[in-house]
Amino acid sequence: MSGSIPPPIGLLAELTHRCPLGCPYCSNPTDLEKRGAELDTATWQRVMREAAALGVLQLHLSGGEPAARPDLEAITATAAEAGLYTNLITSGVLLNGARLRALADAGLAHVQLSLQHAEAAAADRIGNFRGGHARKLALVEGIHAAGLALTINVVLHRGNLDSVEAMIALAERLGAGRLEIAHTQYHGWALRNRAALMPSAAQVAESRATVLAARERLQGRMAIDFVAPDYHASRPKACMGGWGRQFLNVTPSGAVLPCHAAETIPGLSFPRVTEQSLAGIWYGAEAFNRFRGTAWMPEPCRSCDRREVDWGGCRCQALALTGDATQADPACALSPHRAALLAALEAPAEDSLAFRR
Amino acid sequence: MSEAPRLSPHARLRHDAARGQWVLLAPERVLVLDETSHAILALLDGTRDVAAIAAQLAAEYDAPAEEIAADVAAVLDDLRAQGLVRP
Repeated sequence: MSGSIPPPIGLLAELTHRCPLGCPYCSNPTDLEKRGAELDTATWQRVMREAAALGVLQLHLSGGEPAARPDLEAITATAAEAGLYTNLITSGVLLNGARLRALADAGLAHVQLSLQHAEAAAADRIGNFRGGHARKLALVEGIHAAGLALTINVVLHRGNLDSVEAMIALAERLGAGRLEIAHTQYHGWALRNRAALMPSAAQVAESRATVLAARERLQGRMAIDFVAPDYHASRPKACMGGWGRQFLNVTPSGAVLPCHAAETIPGLSFPRVTEQSLAGIWYGAEAFNRFRGTAWMPEPCRSCDRREVDWGGCRCQALALTGDATQADPACALSPHRAALLAALEAPAEDSLAFRR
Repeated sequence: MSEAPRLSPHARLRHDAARGQWVLLAPERVLVLDETSHAILALLDGTRDVAAIAAQLAAEYDAPAEEIAADVAAVLDDLRAQGLVRP
């Protein structure tokens, strides 16, 4: 089958699940992997070389907080040497100017720094980490000094929709070349906290209007990407660009997944990089072939003219909402399980949040 | 002499051996380059201006320099608008 399977473009490397922040919208699994289970430096370095040889072009070093690993610089150096475009997805609170310079020297191309809110008190409350916001702002100077390109990333939910305009202004003031404003995707901790995070339709519409106006105004100065929430859509997204088509994810302990939430799907087993080569897993693992292409699709996807546009949407979302990962993603209005999504939208809002830990 | 364009610090030009193509990489972006775009980007070294790049390509491809200069300007304008080339 490998003749018809394109090589992957992107690798999300979750170096660790450890993170000083406790954001309740985190997409990490609620059962976080422990430090003792994490891959060692040499294994991560081998993964980077195998990824580049397999055809991966872009590497996202993520977590948890990837800077919680003291070997982040060594892993980055190997990845850059192998030719991967290397992007660091970070909360920023464990980094300083010296580490940023070392990362830039190692070949890091880009930093994606998260913000939780434009105001320190609210931001620290959401991240459940006192002083975090101030540390992030202080780090930005070091990012520029190291010559690293900066994207500011903001995840939207009911607790920070009052701050969209202010966060755009802050990203601009911080000299970000790019701003990514993404509504929460309900996996992992975010799914657990869904009733407290879910915005209203009016709030979603307002956030979109604010972002589109800013994008127009800032054209040529700061690029803005907006990720709309699945639950308020009528057609699903091509999750990960389609299962096993463009991306793979390696967990801290080395499990190779088609997306970061795939381990929630019962009945699939995910080989580890310590057991098989990345190429062997990408082309041959049953879990990668399970939802590849269109042959697995039931109706209404099977006969839909968008089946190769959205690839049936998100398998993990279908599972979360219908109990069955093989169903059409209920983010699609054509899904026979649409009512499950609408029920979640209409569920009474809750105030209590479970911070990840 | 006009200012010499160069790739933005976050943009990386590389050969994609797995797919047999040249690509320009940026955050969340993979730009597949055609032969012309690659030939132009390969000459961006921060010292050559548009005229120098066009002259070099005109000699290499044995084509009229004015035509090439227009192509070079169009490709660079497009990449500049995407933040991939400065200034």
